[in-house]
Amino acid sequence: MSMRRPILFGLIAVVLACAVSIPPLEAADREISVAAAADLSSALQEIASNYEKRTGVAVKLSFGASGALTQQIQNGAPFDVFFSADMDYPRQLIAGGLADGGTLYRYAVGRLVLWVPKDSLLDVEHKGMDVLLDPFVKKISIGNPQHAPYGRAAAAALKHYGLYDKVSDRLVLGENIAQAAQFVESGNAQVGFVALAHATAPAMQGKGKYWIVPSDAYPQLDQGAVVISRSPHKPDAGAFLDYVKTPEATAVLQRYGFTLPEQNPEMPK
Amino acid sequence: MSIDWQAFCLTIALALVVSAVLFVAGLPLAYWITFSRWRWKFLVEALVALPIVLPPTVLGFYLLVAFGSRSPVGLWWQSLTGHTLAFTFTGLVIGSILYSLPFAVQPFAASFSSVDRKLLAASSTLGASPLSTFFRVVLPLSVPGLVTGVALAFAHTMGEFGVVLMVGGNIPGVTRTVSISIYDQVEASNYAGANAMALLLLVFCFVVLAVVYGLHRRSPKQKSWPLGLAD
Repeated sequence: MSMRRPILFGLIAVVLACAVSIPPLEAADREISVAAAADLSSALQEIASNYEKRTGVAVKLSFGASGALTQQIQNGAPFDVFFSADMDYPRQLIAGGLADGGTLYRYAVGRLVLWVPKDSLLDVEHKGMDVLLDPFVKKISIGNPQHAPYGRAAAAALKHYGLYDKVSDRLVLGENIAQAAQFVESGNAQVGFVALAHATAPAMQGKGKYWIVPSDAYPQLDQGAVVISRSPHKPDAGAFLDYVKTPEATAVLQRYGFTLPEQNPEMPK
Repeated sequence: MSIDWQAFCLTIALALVVSAVLFVAGLPLAYWITFSRWRWKFLVEALVALPIVLPPTVLGFYLLVAFGSRSPVGLWWQSLTGHTLAFTFTGLVIGSILYSLPFAVQPFAASFSSVDRKLLAASSTLGASPLSTFFRVVLPLSVPGLVTGVALAFAHTMGEFGVVLMVGGNIPGVTRTVSISIYDQVEASNYAGANAMALLLLVFCFVVLAVVYGLHRRSPKQKSWPLGLAD
C-alpha cells in the first residue's frame, strides 16, 4: 500500500489543481448561450465569430436536433436564443410561455439534399431519387423524423416520390441531421438525406456529390428563431437575433445554401 | 402507457448473446490474467479495464469508423457479406462485447485468484493436468464470481446507450434497444411512454442485481470484484 501512496497523492494534487484553475462563473462579462439546429453548425459558427469580433459579446453555441433542444428548453436549459430548423418547435415554446412570441423570426429556409460520397458509384447528380432503388444501396440515412425537421422532410420527400414503402426497411435514423450525414460520410450508409448546409460546409467540401431535392417534394423547411423568456440576457439575445437579420449575416447563411425568407425558395433545377 | 416490447425483447436478446460470448471468451482471458507471470501482464489488465473509464462515445466513434467502407476491416466485411456491420444486430453484439468485457473478466479473475493455491498444488501432485485442475477445482470454487461476472455483463449490456446510439441507426427490431427507445420518447415529449419503459428497465435491472447480491449472501467467503460484493 505504501508504494501506491505517492501516486495517490499525485492524482489528488492534479484534481485539486484542476479545481482551483476553473474560472469562477461570474467571470464571463457579456455572454449569450444559443441553442441551434444541427444544420446550422457551420454557418452559425461563422456568424457568431463575426458577431463576437464586432461587439465583444461571446456567443456560446449548442447544436442538436430541434426537437431535442426544445425538450431541453422545456426542462430549464439555460439558453438565451433558440434557432430551430422549423417553425413548429419555437411556436410550441411560445405557446408554453417559454419563449417571447414577439421575437419569433423566420431567419432562413433550409434545403434538403441527397448526398453520396465522392467516390460512390451512384450517379446522384443526374439520377436523383432513382439512386435509392439501386441494389448497391443497402442503407439510407435520414434524421429521426420524431424530432429532426430534416428527417421529417426526408420522409415526406420519399412519400412524395412513392418510394417510402419500397425503401423503409433500409432507412437508418440519425439522432439529428448531422449524425445522418456522419453515417453516410463514414461509409456505413451508401446514401443519405442531409441539409444543403452540410453538403456545402468546409469540412465536407470535395468529399461528396449531391442532388438538391426539389422543394415541392416536402413541406418548406421554414426555420425560426426566438428569444427564450427566462433569459437573463434579453437585450444581448435580442441584439444577436437582430444581427442575424443584417446583410452581413444573411450573406453567410446564403453561402451555406440557405434561402432567405424574402426570396422565392425555388431554385433552378 | 405504451411499452415498446419489441425494443425490450431485442435488448434482452442482445444481453443474452453478449453475456454468453463473454462467459466463454472471458474464462480463458481471466485465467491467463490470474495465473500468467508475464511481466507486461499489467498492460493487458489496463486494456481490459479501459471500457470502465472510457466514454462510450470513444468506442462508438472508433467502431463507426472501423465498420465504414473507409477502413480495411469494414471494407473486408462488406466484401464478404455485402453490408456494413453498423446498423446490424451483429454490430451491436461486437460493440457490447467490448463495452462489457471488464464487467465479466474482472469478477472471473478475482474469484480465480481467491482459490487456495494449496488446492491447485495438491491437484497437480495427484496427477491432474492443468486443464483438469481448472475444470475440477478452480471452476467449481469460483461459481459465485462467475455468476457475478455473467450477471453484470448482462445488466451492463441491458443499460448500454452511447455505443448503440452511435452505431445502431435506430432500426426497430434490429438496433432500437430500450435505452434508445426511452431517449426517443423523451425527445418526442412523450413522458408517459418514457416513464413506462424506464420503470420496466429499472425494475428488471434491480431484480438482476438483487439476485446476484442474494447469491453472494450465501457464500460470504468468496472474494469478488466489484461493488464490494461479499468482501
